[in-house]
Amino acid sequence: MCAGTIEPRHLYRDLILDHGRRPRNLGRLQRPSHRAEGDNPVCGDRLTLFLRLEDEVIREIGLEVRACAICTASASMMSELVKGGAKTEALECASAFKALMAGQEPATHLGDLLSLSAVRQFPSRIKCAELAWHALEAALAGSKSMVTTEEVGS
Amino acid sequence: MTGITSENLKGTTYDVARIREDFPILRREVNGHPLVYLDNAASAQKPQVVIDTLDEYYREHNANVHRGLHTLSEEATTAYEEGREVSRRFINAGSLEEVIFVRGTTEGINLVAQSYGRTHLQRGDEVLITYMEHHSNIVPWQIVCEQTGATLKVCPIDEHGQLVWESFEALVGARTKIVAFAHISNALGTINPVRRMVEKAHEVGAVTVIDGAQAAPHLRIDVQALDCDFYTFSGHKMFAPTGVGVLYGKKHLLEAMPPWQGGGDMIKTVSFERTVYNALPYKFEAGTPIIAGVIGMAAAMRYLEEVGLDRIAAYEAELLEYGTRRLQEIPGLRLIGTASQKAGVLSFVMDVAHPHDIGTILSHEGVAVRTGHHCAQPLMDFFQVPATVRASLALYNDRDDLDALVRGLEKVRRLFA
Repeated sequence: MCAGTIEPRHLYRDLILDHGRRPRNLGRLQRPSHRAEGDNPVCGDRLTLFLRLEDEVIREIGLEVRACAICTASASMMSELVKGGAKTEALECASAFKALMAGQEPATHLGDLLSLSAVRQFPSRIKCAELAWHALEAALAGSKSMVTTEEVGS
Repeated sequence: MTGITSENLKGTTYDVARIREDFPILRREVNGHPLVYLDNAASAQKPQVVIDTLDEYYREHNANVHRGLHTLSEEATTAYEEGREVSRRFINAGSLEEVIFVRGTTEGINLVAQSYGRTHLQRGDEVLITYMEHHSNIVPWQIVCEQTGATLKVCPIDEHGQLVWESFEALVGARTKIVAFAHISNALGTINPVRRMVEKAHEVGAVTVIDGAQAAPHLRIDVQALDCDFYTFSGHKMFAPTGVGVLYGKKHLLEAMPPWQGGGDMIKTVSFERTVYNALPYKFEAGTPIIAGVIGMAAAMRYLEEVGLDRIAAYEAELLEYGTRRLQEIPGLRLIGTASQKAGVLSFVMDVAHPHDIGTILSHEGVAVRTGHHCAQPLMDFFQVPATVRASLALYNDRDDLDALVRGLEKVRRLFA
């Protein structure tokens, strides 16, 4: 509701614009242990996530992304947050981020990603922000198949 | 159930300000801005006369058609069948039997694919479409090809989004049984050379199916002059309610086709041993038809005829030229679809922002556009873009609308550059 009453500047904060323009951890990994593709067929967001896990820890993360600023920024910030952390922590972050998008209090520290909280005022854009997280969950679940915003619902 | 008698529409000059008055929704504000509605190719707004006609139908005449002896049923039947005559006239069909009411263009194409295609296609046959088709003119043909063993062929387009005529000529051959194409491309606005395409298809005895969804609100349709075999369009894109549309088919083809759906209204007699189907057009209208939709659509057609489709086409061509010029002034903006014959659509991408981000900023400014693949994913791949922003025009749009679009895009540039 009422997305338009919020100034676009609140959605497109400098931090988001910066990550949108210069996503971190860009590029595919040479030898990923996990990967997943994410696709939002409605708007044309597409990304591939590469992970290299060692002892249940995400040692390396790589992104290929061709998407809107919201999707790209979310993926970029996510990559920074979960890199070097345990798989279980990454999954907790994914749950926390979805909670944030649902308007709930996230149970885990999300750092810069809190700057995306205004997205929930733009219902048609929530899928953009969540795409990378669905890909992360799919990759960690060992799924090689593509996840799309249309199958995962939300 | 009378048509409009709006004095607004008389005279020789095109008075867009007075036409705007006929569309109540244009008076509403969106996000503190006057609504700028540029998503007409997705669905168009409704004039007061259509809203009033629906309202009057439900308040005064509502009943099922072709069944009751009572007054309301007779009134509803008369109005519904008047809608068929108005539709016949709107596309200049030769007879009422050739006018079948469907839910919309998608259903019209599926009906032809499943009823005509399924009984006429066999292994080795070809169905020819073009690269610029809407998914609804791709998928029904893929389905029937899978069912029959026929092959789907796709005619290429050039970098302006125009059909490559030499390829089309080469692809139409002895194996070609059905040629299906858009009159106007929904994603690009390209007007196809439909008359020539029909002629070419007929040279090899192929049947033509025209997707007229984007043509109906913008130009005069004459199915006899086109000589097409099937033509279909949706009401809601031409200012009528959702859920109704027209399928035109040549009588001799329709007569030979099996029914598509079974049910009430499409039968003459039913026993458990044998059913005799109803005559045209009812054979293809199973179940309670789209009564209110047809009556509302007839009101929209009368409205368009009163304004004058030739005047609308001329006005919109001028508006499109203005919009094209204004958009080309924006640095980093690339128009997708620059055919020499074009109607109603300004599709574009910008270097600074993804279409989805552009759509969000524009919406905040009260400007409604479509962003995405426009149900034409192969076309997006052809132009190597993930999506486009599409501003699409209708008879009530004016230069102020396009100026608002340009101001919104300047904001996009300031924010993202």
